[in-house]
Order: sequence, then C-alpha cells, then structure tokens
Amino acid sequence: MSNLGEPVPRSDGKIKVNGSARFAADQSLPGQLHAVFVSSTIPAGRVANIDTGLALGLPGVVRVLVAGDLPPLHADFNETMVPPLATKSIPMQSDEILHEGQPIAIVLAETLEAAEAGARAVRATYAPAPYINPEAAAPDAVDPERGGYSYLDASEFLKGDPEAAMTSAAHVVQAEYAQPTRHANPMEPSAILASWSGDNLTVYDSVQHLPAVQANLAATFGLERAAVRVISPHTGGGFGVKGYVWPHELLAAMAARVMRRPVKLVLTRRDMYGMVGTQPRVTQEIRLGADSTGKLVSMTHVVSNVTGLTEDYIEFATVPSRSFYACDNISNLQLVRRGNMTLPTYMRSPAEGPGSWALGSAMDELARAVGMDPIDLRLASYAEVDPVSGDPWSSKKLREAYALGSERFGWRSRPAGGTLDGHWRIGCGMADCSQGVTRFGSTVRVLLKADGTARFESSLCDVGQGPATIFAQVVGEILGLSPDRVHAVTGDTNLPPAGPTYGSATTISTGTALHQAATAVRDRLARLCGWPVAEIAMRGGSIVRGTESRTIEAVLSEAGVSELSGDGALEIENYADAGLPGFPARSFGAIFVEVGVDPELGLLRLRRATGAYSVGRILNARTARSQMIGGIVWGWGQAAMEASHFEPSLGRWHAKDLANVVLPVNADIPPEIDIAFVDEFDPNAGPLGVRSVGTMAATGVAAAVANAVYDAIGIRVRELPITPDKLVQG
Amino acid sequence: MSDHPGKISRRTFMRGTATVAAGVAVIGAPTEAGAQDLAPSRFSSSVTVRFEINGVDHVLDVEPRTTLLDAVRERLQLTGTKKGCNRGECGACTVLMDDRRVNSCLILAASTDGRKITTIEGLADGPVLHPVQQAFIDHDAFQCGFCTSGQIMSAVGCIAEGHAGSNAEIREWMSGNLCRCSAYPQIAAAVEAAAGEIV
Ligand code: FES
Ligand code: FES
Repeated sequence: MSNLGEPVPRSDGKIKVNGSARFAADQSLPGQLHAVFVSSTIPAGRVANIDTGLALGLPGVVRVLVAGDLPPLHADFNETMVPPLATKSIPMQSDEILHEGQPIAIVLAETLEAAEAGARAVRATYAPAPYINPEAAAPDAVDPERGGYSYLDASEFLKGDPEAAMTSAAHVVQAEYAQPTRHANPMEPSAILASWSGDNLTVYDSVQHLPAVQANLAATFGLERAAVRVISPHTGGGFGVKGYVWPHELLAAMAARVMRRPVKLVLTRRDMYGMVGTQPRVTQEIRLGADSTGKLVSMTHVVSNVTGLTEDYIEFATVPSRSFYACDNISNLQLVRRGNMTLPTYMRSPAEGPGSWALGSAMDELARAVGMDPIDLRLASYAEVDPVSGDPWSSKKLREAYALGSERFGWRSRPAGGTLDGHWRIGCGMADCSQGVTRFGSTVRVLLKADGTARFESSLCDVGQGPATIFAQVVGEILGLSPDRVHAVTGDTNLPPAGPTYGSATTISTGTALHQAATAVRDRLARLCGWPVAEIAMRGGSIVRGTESRTIEAVLSEAGVSELSGDGALEIENYADAGLPGFPARSFGAIFVEVGVDPELGLLRLRRATGAYSVGRILNARTARSQMIGGIVWGWGQAAMEASHFEPSLGRWHAKDLANVVLPVNADIPPEIDIAFVDEFDPNAGPLGVRSVGTMAATGVAAAVANAVYDAIGIRVRELPITPDKLVQG
Repeated sequence: MSDHPGKISRRTFMRGTATVAAGVAVIGAPTEAGAQDLAPSRFSSSVTVRFEINGVDHVLDVEPRTTLLDAVRERLQLTGTKKGCNRGECGACTVLMDDRRVNSCLILAASTDGRKITTIEGLADGPVLHPVQQAFIDHDAFQCGFCTSGQIMSAVGCIAEGHAGSNAEIREWMSGNLCRCSAYPQIAAAVEAAAGEIV
C-alpha cells in the first residue's frame, strides 16, 4: 500500500521535543569568541569616531573590530548576484551609514556577557546626513541596474486596452489599499558560528539555502566554493528572512578570519530589525471594470513598495491581477519608494500575499456593486488558462476547491452579515488564495544499503515544512520500504547541492530529483537480479517479479555489494523557473472566515476559518495541514495585528522587539481552522504530481478578513492591520 | 500579547535581583551617561550557586549578571532551552524552577541557589518521552521546533497549575509562548490531550 498522502509523523519529532536538535546558536567550538554588534543609531551619514577604550578595558573583551580592521571584499565579490546575495551593500567596508541599525563595530569577547557589556561600552560619534524616509518618498520607476530583483518578475504588464475597456464597463470599482512593513520575526534569531582552518572556512548557519551561503562566502574571500562548508541541519523558522545571504554572515566570517579563532554571532531580536530584511510597506491602486453579468472586462493595478537606497527590492503585488482571473484587458505597474532602510526581502507570503489582499478586497467591493455572491463573481471570470501566456495550467481544480470550501464552511447558508451574538456582530468573508510555482535546480543522492535501509543525501535544510519526512516517504514508496527505514542526511554543503527551502519549492524541486535518484537505485537493483525493470515491483523490503520475490538484503549480499546508489538532478536553466515549460504551474484555493466585531470597542476576533485548496498531490496530510494552518495564522497576523512603524523623525523602527510589535498568540487562534484539499494529481508538474503548498496559505486571508469585517459592520477597511481605531463607530 | 500570569512575576524577579544585589554586586545596564561607571572590577566578581538541574547537583561560579538562560546554554551546554528574545517576550526559554514555569532569560543565575531547575533535557524518563512531549509529536504541534522546548515546559507548568481545563483556557494560559510557525491549534490540542493523560 502506498504511504504517500498518509499523515506520517515527522521523522525529526523526537529530537525536536527532547531538545537535542541543534540549531546554529546551539553549536560551540573550542576557543570560540562571542561576537556582539554595535549598530548605528542614525539612519544616514558617516561614522565620525568610534571610541573602543572603555570596552577594551572590560574583562573578557578581546577586540573591537571597526571598519578598517576587516578584510576588503575580494574582487570575486563583484561577480556575485543580488539575489541570492540579499544586498551588495556590506557594512563596515567604509564609514558610510545607509540605515539605522547597520553594524558599525563588532565586539569580540571570551563570554557572551562580556561581549554584550563591551558593545554597550563602545562610544560612537557620527557625522549625520539628511536621510530619506522611504514611506514619504515619491514613487519611482524600477531601475534594473539596482540589484537583480527586477528580473524575478515583470514590473510592467499590458494586455489589451484597459483604459478603453474601463469606459465601457457597466460596473467600475476603484480604490487604494495599503499594508505596513512587517518583520518576519522567526522565533530563532539568525545565528552563525564561523571557523577557519587555514584557507578553509566552516560555518554553522541559520539559513534556508546552504549553497547560496557557500557561494557568497567563497566570493567574499576569493576562495573556491569547495573551501567553504556550510552546515545547517535545522533552522528555527525563516519565513524568507533567512532565504538570501545577509551581511552579518559575511562579517562573522571576516571577524573569524581576523581573529584566527572561531566566532559565534547570534543576532539579538533587535538586530533582526536592522540586519535582515522585512516585507516592505506596499500601497496598491486597483481599478476593476465588469460588464453587467459581473464578468471582468478591465483591470488596472499599480503597486509601490518601500526599498533601500542601494537595490530596488520589488514586492510583485501585481502578480494576482495578471494571473487570478480571465480578463482581456490588464495593465500592471510596479514602482518603488527609496529611502534609508534595511533592504526588504521576500517574506511569507511574497507577491501574492500583498497582492491578494488588495485584489481580494476589490473583488468583494465589485461583488457588492454588481450584487453577486463573491464566489459567483469569481466563477464568471474563471481563468481556464494562464492569462499571461495563454498556456493551459499544469492543472487547476479551483472550481472544486470553491465547492469543497463553501460546503464545509456553510458559505451559502451563512448567517446574514451583522447578525448579533451577544455584543459581537458576525460577518463572513472569502477570498482567493494562490501562489505561482517556482522550481529550483536541485540534486540528491539515494543509497540503498545491504541491511535493507536507505538514506538520501542532500544539502537541503528543513526549516519546519517537513521535507526530511516526506522525502523519506517518497524514497520508501519507490524502494518498497516503510518510511522509518529511510534516513535523511541533510543540511551540509558536503552533500549534493539542493535548491532553497523557500517559495514552497522544495517538494517539487528536490522531490523531482529525489524521484529520479530513487528510481535509478531501484533499476540498478532490478539489473542485479537480472530482471527487466518494467516487470518488477518493490514491496515490503523485497523486489518482486510475478510470483518471485527476493529481499533487498539477499540481492545485495549475493552480489557482494554493500550499497547501491543513484543520483538525481532537476536541472533548470537560469536558476529558477515556474514549472515544466509550456505548463505554467500555480496552486489555487479559497479561504472562508467568520469574524466577530465589537463595534463599540473596535475588537475583532477570528471565530473560524475554512481553507480549501488545489495544490496537486498531497504527500503527507499531516505536515501539509500544519503548513496551511500556519499560513492562515500568518494571514490573520497580516490582517489584524502586524505592523512595524517607521518613526519619521528618527528614521528607525518604533519598536524592535516582540512585545511592542504585535504577533498572533495562541489565544488569538480558535481551534476551528478547517483545512481541505481537492483530490488531485498534477501530471504536468513533475513525477510526484505535486505543485506547492505552504506559501499560498497566507494569501487571501487578509482580504477574506476585511471582507468579513465589512459584512459584519459595513466598514470597508483598506489599510492593514485592521486595528480597533478603524472599527469603532461614531 | 498578554502578560503571562503563570510566568515569573515582576515582583519575584525583583526579589531575586535584590538578593543578588545585597550579596554581591549591583546589577544595572549602564546608561549613556553612566558609562564611566564600567570600571573593570565591576563584573569581575563571581557568585557560587548550588542548584539541582535535571536531577543532578551542580556547583557553578557565575557572574552576577549572567542569566539562568545563558548559564544553562553556554556554561552547561544544555542547548535545548532556546533564546528567542532575551527579554521575557517569547517564552522560548521557559524552564521549570521548583516546578513552576519561568522565563529563564529573566532569572539571574545567581538567584537560583538552592533551586531545582528542570529543562527540556530533563523531562523524559530515559527513553520514554513525557506525555506532553509525546502529545506534541502526535498532534504535530511544531514545525521548525525552535519554540518547542519552551512550549513543552510551559505546557507542563500549565497543566500542573490547573490551567488546562478546556481548550480555551489552555490557549489563554499558553499565550506567553510564541510560535511563529503558528502551530497554535495543534499545540492547544496536544496540551489538552496530555492534560487528560496526566490527571
Ligand atoms: S528568550 Fe526568554 S522570553 Fe524570549
Ligand atoms: S515550531 Fe517554529 S516557532 Fe514554533
């Protein structure tokens, strides 16, 4: 019987509940120094002077490194690409300050306490310069010369004649939607332990993609890639901010180089606001035109996001308006607002996350203008093909997801908006969830051993989505082994390089390579038996042909082979693509929520939610469900709670902690989070039939919540988060 | 985020600090103006503490400024206890002190003399997981696992306090422990199941 789809428990469950899983900051090396950053308190200008005397006088403090003490970036660094390097602006290569919170000195001490005390004792003076508040900056066109983010999607898109079509539309809605900057705040702050042996560098790091760290550290020092080893078996949540390579990783390795001792750097929670990226503030103008039957005839969508001064990070929130619905006339434009801030980055969920908030809200406004149920409005413009290329989707069962979700939620029999439950007014809302598929080049090796166990080797890191678990299921399926007989060896660049663990790309990318590798092993085993590959099956630890059956152990020991190995690779031109050529791949779904609003106090509560999704085949019902729940909670955070406020006079974040930046806690989330998947196998996405799961769960939720709020009390909130001040009535 | 009533209270924290202050040294983050007070001798003193950790007696010389969290992680290499914020905001560092859940980043190691500390490493009975640990696996109550040690220790405390009577009560009393992977419904379900087993 197939184990695929079964709710197999996580293979790393035991080490995660007994505290023995070692994360980057849990590593220690003999002779290590603890590093603590001193960071800039001004947003723009130069470091005038750094007085380290006091710090150096403290017991345990060994050295305070300032800009001139660090090795310059090697010429190879010029060849690196942004992304996967997050930014080319590496602090402490000069005295220039580009944003508040930028490292200006590194205190190295024998103990963490001494390094912390040393950092507090360093005195810096500055030559401040006028700074630019990105939120107040005028929107500007994207500059393709500023980093490579603009190559990741389209900054402009035009199809048909949206302006002309808009004038002939029977219904037009037009509005501006905004969402604030949000910090990812993974529970594990970024951490790195760097150690040199001659010209070889080893780092224990907290990352979502090991080979990118390896390549960029190698370029920093002008080394061969093989001279750099990155180890990252467990990462404590990333949500995008550990996806690209950030300057602190380079600085830690530089410090270790200078000191000739291992250096352990664990960012503080405060550092996480200045040294790694964020999802930027995004404002969106949307116009939708529909004919008298509610069918979309024109869509225009202009997006601007804040970014830093050195690179144009682009939050591609226009993606939904050119991929969610069938429409003959579409225009999209992406703009940026540059200022003195840490460069933003891809954060759960990028592009479609912000975009679906605006579009999902505008569709609700349109549904009310036309007088249609929002599901019927969506069905009237159902995109049977990709609106951009005109190619058929690899597979799309969104109609089924609408039906499944609305049935489970009771959408068609929902209480009338504003129904009272005590002092709560009840409202229901729905919106589309969707995320495009990304595939990254990946390699894997599978080994079948004479004791009838198997293992797979890949540099992939498990950030919590559970790839080690589901890949054991896949190998087990192909080799006829129970998943607990398949071991994952991961998280080390000495292993075959895997693509990143972000963008929900791991299962489809590394999984495809894994399928190939395990199949190669199976075929080799068949050849050892002298049986035609087409005639064999793998079952219960044996290879079976018709009525004949031989155990793996017997075949291997008879052949005198200790293990059989197979390699697999998903090769992708240009680093990444969006699915098999000719089959644009996208995951789809719908989210339904019921909220309660107390209009007197402005309180908003989530009462229940149903998500129904078309994502291809589900390999593990348990880990997939957890990912979707996690995404919905993130969506609730985006909708109702999360915001990092930029202080305009100081040019810094108002709060840089977990107490004054509100995040969802257990009490915010009801147990009634219902997850359902449409039964689906996507043959055009790859051999496993999977597309992508986790990232899209956080799309659509904010719109569904805002739509439910409108349903409850008739207030249309167009600026997130939906806080009490926006809900109290008169 | 609610202030967690089950966690160490501000008053207890102050009491702990005061004990240290009287005995050894004055603790306080230097302010901009007071930086000159950082005479080298200031942190050179150390305090000897005797505590029981996971059933084993320890004698440790610690600096008065060292938190229980840093002592456990960096000195004793018990790295299962995590640091998510270092200021009492996330619960990742939760341990049991005399069977009460506390944020170990808010406890000075010097104040733990004579105390009994249990960390995640001390919870299982040999190879047999504690019911709360097993329930976390059974309910898939984590993804990355970084908050998990703190969640589990907090859950043990929550159940012992009698605050696990219903799903709603559990969610309220487990809200001092952040989980950014957002496994909240599964965590509440795991605590509910374990609570049923423990009584
Ligand atoms: S590390 Fe102690 S509460 Fe966050
Ligand atoms: S499991 Fe990742 S933060 Fe809770």
